[in-house]
Amino acid sequence: MISYLIRRLLGAIPLLLGILTLIFFIINIAPGDPTARYFNPNVAPEVIEQMRRNLGLDQPLHIQYFRWVTSFARGDFGNSFGQMRPISEILPTVLWNTIQLMLISIIIIFVVGMLIGMYQAVRQYSASDNFLTVAALFFYSMPSFWFALMLILIFSLKASQWDWPIQFPASQMTSVGYEFMAPGEKIWDRLMHLAMPAIALGIGSAAGIARYMRGSMLEVIHQDYIRTARAKGLSERVVVFKHALRNALIPIITLLGLYLPVLLSGSVVVETIFAWPGMGRLIVDAIFQRDYPLVMATSFVAATLVVVGNLLADVLYAVVDPRIRTE
Amino acid sequence: MVHSQTDLEFSPPEPVAGEDPTAGTKGRTPVSGGHLALSAVLPGFGHLVRGEWVVGMVFALTWAAFLGVAFIVWDRIFGVFGGPRTPFDGVLAVGTLGALLLVVWGGALYDLAVRAKRPVKRYGDSQWAIATRHFRRNRIAVAGLVVMLVLYAVTLLTPLIAPFDPAAQGDIVQTRYLSPSFEHPMGTDKFGRDVYSRVLYGSRISLSIGFVAVGLSVLIGAAVGSVAGYFGRWTDTVLMRFTDMMLSFPRLILLIVTIALFEPTIWLVVIVLGLTGWMSVARIVRGEVLSLRSREFIQAAKVLGMSDARIILRHILPNTLAPVIVYATLGIGTTILIEATLSFLGLGVQPPTPSWGNMIADGRDALLTAWWISTFPGLAIVITVTAFNLLGDGLRDALDPRLRT
Repeated sequence: MISYLIRRLLGAIPLLLGILTLIFFIINIAPGDPTARYFNPNVAPEVIEQMRRNLGLDQPLHIQYFRWVTSFARGDFGNSFGQMRPISEILPTVLWNTIQLMLISIIIIFVVGMLIGMYQAVRQYSASDNFLTVAALFFYSMPSFWFALMLILIFSLKASQWDWPIQFPASQMTSVGYEFMAPGEKIWDRLMHLAMPAIALGIGSAAGIARYMRGSMLEVIHQDYIRTARAKGLSERVVVFKHALRNALIPIITLLGLYLPVLLSGSVVVETIFAWPGMGRLIVDAIFQRDYPLVMATSFVAATLVVVGNLLADVLYAVVDPRIRTE
Repeated sequence: MVHSQTDLEFSPPEPVAGEDPTAGTKGRTPVSGGHLALSAVLPGFGHLVRGEWVVGMVFALTWAAFLGVAFIVWDRIFGVFGGPRTPFDGVLAVGTLGALLLVVWGGALYDLAVRAKRPVKRYGDSQWAIATRHFRRNRIAVAGLVVMLVLYAVTLLTPLIAPFDPAAQGDIVQTRYLSPSFEHPMGTDKFGRDVYSRVLYGSRISLSIGFVAVGLSVLIGAAVGSVAGYFGRWTDTVLMRFTDMMLSFPRLILLIVTIALFEPTIWLVVIVLGLTGWMSVARIVRGEVLSLRSREFIQAAKVLGMSDARIILRHILPNTLAPVIVYATLGIGTTILIEATLSFLGLGVQPPTPSWGNMIADGRDALLTAWWISTFPGLAIVITVTAFNLLGDGLRDALDPRLRT
């Protein structure tokens, strides 16, 4: 297993390099220049030229590329053009913010999606099954940014207008005066701020998981060993959760790896709407500012997250399915 | 192993419609010239006289509805041709209206004149006919198809049926932020523009972009997948590693990187959407090609000395069509969602051209006072994408023998 993991990790290196090379050439071929925002009648062209030299932009493209590859290989992400400080200082907090959001979202996605899918499969073709199928499709077809705006409108803006007992904060990670709260209050405050972004980020994928789960559970639940389990007199709960779920889980777990890129894509939008200071927003800001080193670094982190997620899915796959372990 | 068993279960031929193959017609009463004449004047009435109520009412009501639309917008139809220059979209709309009327009229006549006289089939159906029959039985999928067709009809007819010009601001102080009323069914936005008209005009972008982008990605994906699957070896390795690489990176970030750095125009958006969406098609096609490659009919084609290109294009690709069609239908829904997201971020269609995404973005700054600006375009997106997803699910159920019930 461990040698398999190491082989997978090594196999991921060309993949990462390929992605980053692609992005490197896209951003460098595109028109525009990081120094463009300093263009100004008051700034002498020589100063701009000096600035380009300082940033290393006057070099030919292939030299820039090799410089960038070697510094990346040494773990040096370089300095952000926009914020004028090392990227290794910026990234960790931002990454942690996004990971918080994504973890909560993944929990919502898998728990809600799987429970709904299992419920539907157990009561196939019942009224509630049909209703949930349509509801899942509805949420699956919904743009996450629109859903986020509707959540803000109802549970934050209208809720405070109508004095509802529960109101969610519409943006940011913390309330005013977060520093002076007790630890318990801090956690509660953070959870309140996380609730709406995490739901907005996860709802579409949760609906997708529910659809998959229903299909995969239906395939399992009509098999002979389930009939045997029922014939032994096991309770329905044990049959469903212990016998059926474990086999139905196998195809679902591979989805974990597939949904990570989707979640990262979604976080770009959701973080923009909820003013969540995470990776998604950082990437967008970096692109608009033509902050090339930051774009490269954030893309690298995004691609790495996906690779790690896929590895995690493989490991979980082996945990659930003993046939994989012995091979 | 499990799959091969299920395949066997479905191997007996599908039942042939009708019991007595000598009956001549599909159990319908013979058509007289009077029925045909009546149908030619009033579509559907020929059916009604014959006692075929459901079909007749459908034809008659559809005809009446289209005719009603034509009469209501009568002035505009002349406005299209009377002005100093003839707008293309107006001509298209009038043409669409005419075509719709013609289709209903011709459909009613065709059903009586040709289909009612057609003899019952003695032999089994083709693969596509079987799929069509399964699809028709799936009510939800048919509903999705109908909604989709209605949406396209509405999009084409927009210049005739939109109550206002999408850019008309009126007296901005008095007409901005009006809540939904009879005059403005979806209210007005911050410039006093009618949201309903803008939603109608915005549908053009969403409904056309999906087709073009997915068409492009299907072309690329089919090419990559068939070449990789057919030639195998290092071609396969290189192409599929590249596919995996593209697949493992968040698509939206790649899109934003590309579009934000170049000037966002509608063509750039379409092309980049196409270039980042082909990976799943490539995988599907490759899988199909791998299983087809070793079949006898391909070997026979090789023995006959056909070129590789001909074998791929004429013998392999047509057989991979079914799963690709399903993917393309579902992919159009996804593409509409992504285009809306890009427009929302300001990277897709640029204002003042309305698109559903940038309208939602417009409504953001007045969410509490004017909720309707963001809400209705979003609902339009949901309805459109749901229709495409329902259709795609239905097609999958109909085209995949294992999923047929």
